[in-house]
Amino acid sequence: MQIYLPIAEVSVNAFLLLGLGGLVGILSGMFGVGGGFLMTPLLFFIGIPPAVAVATEANQIVASSFSGVLAHLKRKTVDLRMGTVLLIGGLIGAALGVVIFNYLKSLGQVDLLVRLCYVVFLGIIGSLMFVESLRAIRRAKNPGTAPKRRKHNWIHALPFKMKFRVSGLYISVIPPVLVGISVGVLAAIMGVGGGFIMVPAMIYLLGMPTKVVVGTSLFQIIFVTAFTTLLHATTNFTVDIVLAVLLLVGGVIGAQIGTRIGTRMKAEQLRILLAIMVLAVCGKLAFDLLVQPTELYSVGVGGHS
Amino acid sequence: MIRLSILFILFMTCQAIAQDIVGGLSQKRVAITARFEGSEILIFGAVKRDAPTEDNVEVIITVAGPSEPITVRRKSREFGIWINTAAVEVDAAPSFYSIATTAPLGEILTNTEDLRHKISIPRAIRSVGAPQTIADANTFTDALVRIRKQEDLYQLNEGSVSLADQTLFQTFITLPANLVEGSYETRIFLTRDGEVISTYTTAIDVQKVGLERWLYTLAHDQPLIYGFLSLFIAIAAGWGAAATFRLLNL
Repeated sequence: MQIYLPIAEVSVNAFLLLGLGGLVGILSGMFGVGGGFLMTPLLFFIGIPPAVAVATEANQIVASSFSGVLAHLKRKTVDLRMGTVLLIGGLIGAALGVVIFNYLKSLGQVDLLVRLCYVVFLGIIGSLMFVESLRAIRRAKNPGTAPKRRKHNWIHALPFKMKFRVSGLYISVIPPVLVGISVGVLAAIMGVGGGFIMVPAMIYLLGMPTKVVVGTSLFQIIFVTAFTTLLHATTNFTVDIVLAVLLLVGGVIGAQIGTRIGTRMKAEQLRILLAIMVLAVCGKLAFDLLVQPTELYSVGVGGHS
Repeated sequence: MIRLSILFILFMTCQAIAQDIVGGLSQKRVAITARFEGSEILIFGAVKRDAPTEDNVEVIITVAGPSEPITVRRKSREFGIWINTAAVEVDAAPSFYSIATTAPLGEILTNTEDLRHKISIPRAIRSVGAPQTIADANTFTDALVRIRKQEDLYQLNEGSVSLADQTLFQTFITLPANLVEGSYETRIFLTRDGEVISTYTTAIDVQKVGLERWLYTLAHDQPLIYGFLSLFIAIAAGWGAAATFRLLNL
């Protein structure tokens, strides 16, 4: 069934979009990522103009993360306090990121930079997670070697300590705020919610339990993407509500299913799957950069850019 | 004004056997609804004459969507990766362009006339200054035409106009689903020995209607309300799905 999108001004297959939304929604609920880094390239591929794809995707993520968070709240796997601290850092970081993005844009080649950013970050995060979760799985099989986690280091000497009961942490607020800021900066530059950077950062840098990480990540993604949606809607007029509805119907259902799959899996399995997914996206992007494209030319609307 | 005077001169030179073209459209308005899947428009008309003539005339019909500036970029390999290295700006390229003719375009239209009336696809694209650093600027416009032809946005249908008794003609123009709003200028040319001897111009009005129109207007006139509406739908859908799953106890 073809539907004409009023803002994107293209005609698309409604069922295809419902399916895409559902697929990305499942991943979102399982891993606590928004799924923007997967969905945006898919939307480009089916012919949605890039500006509309990025803006509308943000709106869809609001829906699927909200759906996912409600499911996680029911299971008490959302650390609202940690989420709020991360969010404050994230918003500061996003504001900084927009400034940096505009500066890079004035230099040109921002597109390339974003792609390289993706490849480098996805590659590093993916491989680190992959190796770590593989070790964790092996450890689980040989229970002889006791896991050594939560070492006391300099992080615990920092001031402004706060209790994060759901995560079982008693740490200074400085590291979460810093994590929030750096993820915010990256997210703004790369045009995504930042879940796939935030999730590993929470697990490895803050030492939060994997189960809590997913819900907490989704919690802060809602606010970041809601803010992004409003920004795009008011400055670029690129949010396509019809496209968003098609995507989010699939997305919210997918997120519910994903959450249920996620809670039934072991933390290591969840992490290794996320690692594989991140590496796959990284591989695809690297492939596009390294292999000669079939069409060397591309057409962009508008003059000077 | 220039066009009018050219027409006038042409008219004067053809006084001996005045031939004029008149045309019509099956529909002057195309409404883009949510279920818009493209449209087919019948363009028809006749050649008016004072007296019978032995001359062979040909008909060329063009439909052009609104023009906009375009940037065409080319990738090349730098340090082992493929990146956009060169760009050429096209000052104005129609978002849609379709040509229908009675015979191969090269046989029924001279280069000079093509240049004057901007009929063929490369002529319909207006490209002035390419950067000095790019020597092969025309490969960029070729690429633009190639890409748009693949998307069915640029069409060249030679021989698709049927001309009966050198007088009545008709053709169908297919408008794809990916249409941009605006006025689509429709031109009908009558040629003899490659020279344009008469033209007829009209327009097809392509507009969004109903829900599409309402959303588009809201997004541009009340962006904040539109943004909040989008968020409201997102939150409501997210809550709805969660509530449904909870009720079903899955």
